[in-house]
Amino acid sequence: MTGEQNGPLSEASIEAMVADAVAAIAAASSIAELKTARLAHSGDKSPLALANREIGRLTPDAKREAGQRMGAARARVTAALAEREAEVASAELAATLASERVDVTLPVSRTPQGAIHPITGLIDELSDVFVAMGWEIAEGPELEAEWLNFDALNIHGDHPARGTTDTLFVEPVTAHQVLRTHTSPVQMRTMLDREPPIYVVCPGRVYRADEFDATHVPVFHQIEGLCVDRGITMAHLKGTLDHLARSMFGDITTRLRPNYFPFTEPSAEMDLECFACHGASVGNPELDCKTCRNEGWIEWGGCGVVNPRVLRAAGIDTDVYSGFAFGMGIERTLMFRNNAADMRDMVEGDVRFSRSLKGEAR
Amino acid sequence: MKAPKSWIAEYAALPAGLSGRELGEALIKAGLEVESVETIGGELSGPIVIGRVLDFVEEPQKNGKTIRWCHVDCGPDQAPDAAPQPVRAGEITAQLPGPSTGSGTGDERLAELVEAPASASGYWPRGIVCGALNFAPGDVVVVALPGSVLPGGFELGSRKTYGHLSDGMICAVDELGLGSDHSGILILPDAAPSGEPWVLGSDALDAMGVRDDVLDMPVTPDMGYCLSIRGLAREASQALDVPFTDPIDRAVPAEKHEGYGVRLETPGCPLFVALTVTGVDPTRPTPSWLATRLEASGMRSISLPVDISNYVMLETGQPNHCYDAALLDGDIVVRLAAPGERLVTLDDVDRALDPADIVIADAAGVIGLGGVMGGARTELSDSSTTIVIECAHFDPIAIARTSRRTKLSSEASRRFERYVDPGATYAAAHRVAQLLVELAGGTLAAGETVAGSVAPLPATTIAADLPSRVLGMPVTPERVVAILERSGVAVAQDGDHLHLQPPTWRPDLAEPYDYVEEVGTKVGLDQLPSIVPSAPVGRGLTREQRLRRAINLALASAGFVEVLTFPFSSSADLDALGAGPDDERRRTVRLANPLADTAPFMRTTLLPGLFAAVARNTSRGNDDLAIFEAGRVFVAGEGGQSPMLSVASRPSEAEIEALDAALPAQPRHLAAVLTGNWTRAGWQGAAEPASWTQALAFADVAASVLGLTLDRRAVEYAPWHPGRCAELSVAGTVVGHAGELHPTVCATFGLPARTAAAELDLDLLLTLFGGPGSIAPVSSHPVAKEDVALVVDESVTVGDLERALRDGAGDLLESLALFDIYRGSQVPEGKKSVAFALRFRAPDRTLKDADAAAARDAAVAVAAERHGAALRA
Repeated sequence: MTGEQNGPLSEASIEAMVADAVAAIAAASSIAELKTARLAHSGDKSPLALANREIGRLTPDAKREAGQRMGAARARVTAALAEREAEVASAELAATLASERVDVTLPVSRTPQGAIHPITGLIDELSDVFVAMGWEIAEGPELEAEWLNFDALNIHGDHPARGTTDTLFVEPVTAHQVLRTHTSPVQMRTMLDREPPIYVVCPGRVYRADEFDATHVPVFHQIEGLCVDRGITMAHLKGTLDHLARSMFGDITTRLRPNYFPFTEPSAEMDLECFACHGASVGNPELDCKTCRNEGWIEWGGCGVVNPRVLRAAGIDTDVYSGFAFGMGIERTLMFRNNAADMRDMVEGDVRFSRSLKGEAR
Repeated sequence: MKAPKSWIAEYAALPAGLSGRELGEALIKAGLEVESVETIGGELSGPIVIGRVLDFVEEPQKNGKTIRWCHVDCGPDQAPDAAPQPVRAGEITAQLPGPSTGSGTGDERLAELVEAPASASGYWPRGIVCGALNFAPGDVVVVALPGSVLPGGFELGSRKTYGHLSDGMICAVDELGLGSDHSGILILPDAAPSGEPWVLGSDALDAMGVRDDVLDMPVTPDMGYCLSIRGLAREASQALDVPFTDPIDRAVPAEKHEGYGVRLETPGCPLFVALTVTGVDPTRPTPSWLATRLEASGMRSISLPVDISNYVMLETGQPNHCYDAALLDGDIVVRLAAPGERLVTLDDVDRALDPADIVIADAAGVIGLGGVMGGARTELSDSSTTIVIECAHFDPIAIARTSRRTKLSSEASRRFERYVDPGATYAAAHRVAQLLVELAGGTLAAGETVAGSVAPLPATTIAADLPSRVLGMPVTPERVVAILERSGVAVAQDGDHLHLQPPTWRPDLAEPYDYVEEVGTKVGLDQLPSIVPSAPVGRGLTREQRLRRAINLALASAGFVEVLTFPFSSSADLDALGAGPDDERRRTVRLANPLADTAPFMRTTLLPGLFAAVARNTSRGNDDLAIFEAGRVFVAGEGGQSPMLSVASRPSEAEIEALDAALPAQPRHLAAVLTGNWTRAGWQGAAEPASWTQALAFADVAASVLGLTLDRRAVEYAPWHPGRCAELSVAGTVVGHAGELHPTVCATFGLPARTAAAELDLDLLLTLFGGPGSIAPVSSHPVAKEDVALVVDESVTVGDLERALRDGAGDLLESLALFDIYRGSQVPEGKKSVAFALRFRAPDRTLKDADAAAARDAAVAVAAERHGAALRA
């Protein structure tokens, strides 16, 4: 037995073979070198495999002992291989990844940048405030019957607004058709179309034979509101405008100043508290507010209690129903809300203007 | 209307110390707009004092000018420390009235002042050089002393000029910023406006009432009575709750014809008051207080009688006219113009009159355009001595028509077309007469004429709680009555009701709601509570509105930029598009008064507007463009008239239908124009130029929002390239066109070559939306892929092949996609190979290879049958 102590199956011999194998495996620095090491030290012709063949020649007792010793040795070599293989694979992956580095600052978006026109976006935004309150959006033709644009709204035949210096008429004028000068005819159409209660806003394009300069365009947009219901008062008008102002501009209030419009009685001009300076710029030379021009208030639109004559022209029983109406210019709103300086930019189609706004405003 | 605060204060007892701005705020609450509050005399500061010219000597200068070396008494407080240089003896030009006890000749007074000041007046006069020659010794003038600041920040000092040390400046009107008059220095009347004698050396600005706040107020059509100091003072007194004195101090008496003969022959002028003033000296100067107020109110001082006329108009709101009686020929007649009549108005324009114009005439013809402007023939001159004053009432609508027709808007017409208080005619005429007597030395003739009369305005009755109910805030009946009575309304209470008779100046108080407004305004709209009304449950946006938004957003996300353009066009645009004489787009609506004569039509297509936008963008260096617009076009119909209906009650259903039937169709269109690069050149590759493909893609994006697939057919249609235009349709309904523009069109509109465009009838497209549809089961069985390459003639389109393959492949076909088109040596000349990837899937089983192959063969068979397609080997 002791003779075995110097044979290939001796403890020392096997230890030496394992040591050789582990050293070769550790030295392998790539998957390919590792494959060579595996063949040399764990393959069929490796010293360990050759030594293993000798076991058959041993006595049964010695066989068990040598088998155990050999099994342990081969397991050590296999483990070393697996460990090294993971190491090398990881290193190779790291090298591959490092070689695949890209410049993440490169421009990547090739699709051109589209945009909704700010006027369209603002109309949608204003409309949504009312839709959230349960109101609906009414629309109507831009080229309108003169009767609906004027007479039905209590604008009598001699009103200066009906002259050709203010209103664009279809040829011949006896056709009694105009390019609507406000979206109010849509209000009248709504009243002719359905029974109260009526809660609608009418956004849309309107026309005036007006100047074309930084603060006037002859073709522009309005949004008008109409409410007709039982027990409607001017206080409801004030409440609605306050809500609209808060929805659009934050925690501010509105102010009504008496004014005159044929469509409404009583009529008022509606001012917004300046949402930028809240009046702090008034009389304060230190603070120049571009939003309200240091007035503290911003003129936003006209409003009032619907004139009973208008309700009667629509066949609404004025003993039962009353209403209020209001209207404001979209271009003007865009000017003070987003500091748009020149109205001409809104209609000239320059794509830079269309792309100006961000977020929900576009 | 520009109104000086001091003038308003004459009739409204404004609280002491009330600033112009505070007055403006009170008037804003009362319903007036205040555009600005300007302080006149506000830029003047320092010692600007009342002085009296003692004497002067005229000294001709080498430059041809003559100056006066003057001694001016500025009172003891403003006297200089040392004697001024004396004037040369013997050259004193006049006797000196002098401010002190002195008497005797000018020489003696001079000696007294210059050489022994302490003994006589106790102080020195100032020596001042003056370039003006319009004053005399003894005149009271305004003297700016060294240290004072004149308009423009010009600070005065003592200075040596023309050989004298000038110790101040005698001021002209313009130098004080009071007006533009520089014809000479300002000579004050003998006494201050208060009637007291001037105090030499006192602040001239205060003493003259120069420093004043002027409020500029646009007046809305329903507040015509506020085009007067009278109306504004009444509003101010109500807003501030202070007493009001009405300058209209006498009522219109019953008709009488004791003065100048007047005949009224048209209902457009129902009342005419005529007073005669004799012995007028029209050459007298206008007192500065009057001129200052006119200037402050935005009117120029012209001559004393004209100034008086204007002054009374501003004060009372009653336009009036002064005729030179010597130039009148017989009775004054108010009538309508006769056909062919003409009038040279005061502005020296010879005008043809319209038979609807109200004219003032005498036996020799027309002498004035009633309520608008007087005529040149009877205009006052320096030799007029007897003046006939007219204060009449005119129908607002008649005046508005004449003013609009003649494009003549005068101070008078602006007032008459807003209604002038007929109750003011008589008192205003007397006010004119009174001033002509006081200031121009005239005498009021005894006989007066009051021709015609004006019926009271209609009364109405309201429920006493109506203001509360409409305004939504409590206003007690007592308060309602008190407010209305202060507004001049005669109120008779009858239980719960109020009978209301409006005052003569308030035609706007006609219907119950008019009184609600009056109450609301006077209570203050700032008192309104804020209550959000509860709308019934709403339905939100309509489906169409949601879809339009979705399309807009999809297009923006796809890279298209929305623009807005003016919807006007011209026949030149249509010619340039290449639209034929029968083209639908020739059915234009023409405007009677277009903004520009070059674009008199409403657009029938969005394209020319977008072309102009492209040209504007490219001219500004925005070269890569994909712009779109969604907007209405206008297609002329049968051209009927829209009815003009009654407003007394609801129109009938037939009438409502007629309103719509007469209007042109106004469908919304959706159009895009593309030029430059669709994607820019970059590290990923070369630029992809914008082309017909994106124009088609634009249409596809819009349609795909609706779940629609557009069928395409090659057509020739303006303004597109005849070989590069697709007609787009859905199930046979043509919805639009897209493709590359015709090169001639590009050239004509100044567009870059190969610009592409698409235009769809958006409203039509929306009607084709079939609803959101249903969700099919998602098959988990594997897909079977089959590729086919078909060799066909060049003339066969991909669309044709696709349709054939789909038709042949049957239900198992899940999708079909073109992946290659090959032309070259592998296929015969004039042919191309078109390759498609087909994917087959069954909902209920795994397809066998044979199933997929059979479906593929069936698809190819249809392509072969229809288009002679052969499978490429």
